[in-house]
Amino acid sequence: MVIYGVTILSFCFFVGTLIGDILGKVLGVNSNVGGVGLAMLFLVLIVEHFMKQDKFSKLAQDGIKFWSGMYIPIVVAMAAQQNVVAAVTGGPMAILAGTVAVVASFFAVPLISKIGGNPDTNKAQKL
Amino acid sequence: MDIIKMVTNILTKYNLTMAFMMVGIVMYFSYFISKNFTKNRIHGSAIAIIIGLILAYIGGISSGGSKGLASIGLFSGIGLMGGGMLRDYAIVSTAFGARLEEMKKAGLAGTVSLFVGVLLSFVIGVIIALMFGYTSTVDAVTIGAGAVTFIVGPVTGAALGASSEVVALSIAAGVVKSILVMILTPVIGPIIGLDTPKEAMVYGGLMGTTSGTAAGLAAYKPELVPYGALTATFYTGLGCLLCPSILFLITKAILG
Repeated sequence: MVIYGVTILSFCFFVGTLIGDILGKVLGVNSNVGGVGLAMLFLVLIVEHFMKQDKFSKLAQDGIKFWSGMYIPIVVAMAAQQNVVAAVTGGPMAILAGTVAVVASFFAVPLISKIGGNPDTNKAQKL
Repeated sequence: MDIIKMVTNILTKYNLTMAFMMVGIVMYFSYFISKNFTKNRIHGSAIAIIIGLILAYIGGISSGGSKGLASIGLFSGIGLMGGGMLRDYAIVSTAFGARLEEMKKAGLAGTVSLFVGVLLSFVIGVIIALMFGYTSTVDAVTIGAGAVTFIVGPVTGAALGASSEVVALSIAAGVVKSILVMILTPVIGPIIGLDTPKEAMVYGGLMGTTSGTAAGLAAYKPELVPYGALTATFYTGLGCLLCPSILFLITKAILG
């Protein structure tokens, strides 16, 4: 049934968020630490487990696929409720701080990706 | 019969389902523009996100609220659809189909990228705050934390007792960052060669803003979304941990 997939997804979401909240409390941080990331890891592990046993019906998979298909529209709705006015009217300092941070972070991506070797040999050959 | 009032009533009463309809129309329109006017060179979802941001600006200006289009009652469903709950739920669902092997391979680089990402944005924020005359340690650190994300800024400001003006600036810096990541990822992605799951995980760890990376990768390469989102969701927590504590003490020692 479709709901089984949705249930697995929600269960992972719940466990991830709970552990993220506990991590935040333990670290004394006023925020959830990595709850969504942990939920994603659980989902990957559970899906692999059920797939191996061939217990994951097509319909149950559709229950998860529906939400990942809704991802981009949800992101568009998210964009539509950003506080763009605050960003534009935040003054030159806020704009400069945000911009330089983003540009510097972008150019650090290739540098840090070198850590632990380059798994993508095709790309290395192209260069 | 007041048809306009009836329409308004439906939009308000069934806000979430009506948001599905509105966003669907925006998506169709965006993909239409992408195909017919840019020959698919600009991805349809990138156009949709830009339209979303423009609508957010219009909504914010016309209502005076802080939630963009969702500040207007008629569009409150957009707030539900794109709010934290469904956003995080959909992000988790993208992990379906992601490969554990790829995540393991990038584990070390991804972890390093988180620490470098927080530190890099923080230092840049602090330097720019100093350049603009915010020379007290509390002010500079709060603005630096805002350059990490718009959540870390106010959390740090509250912990250090910064003024509300400085906290507002730190939020603005974080929002600028998040929006720029959305817009710039499809532009800079090809330049820096953002192609593999590993690079996406490093990118998520460096940028850190969940909304920014979520939208940026969606507009660039949707298949990379789960990898980027995985690391990005640890970033804000790490920032909230480091900025008001170690990074504050180090900054204080340097600035005196």
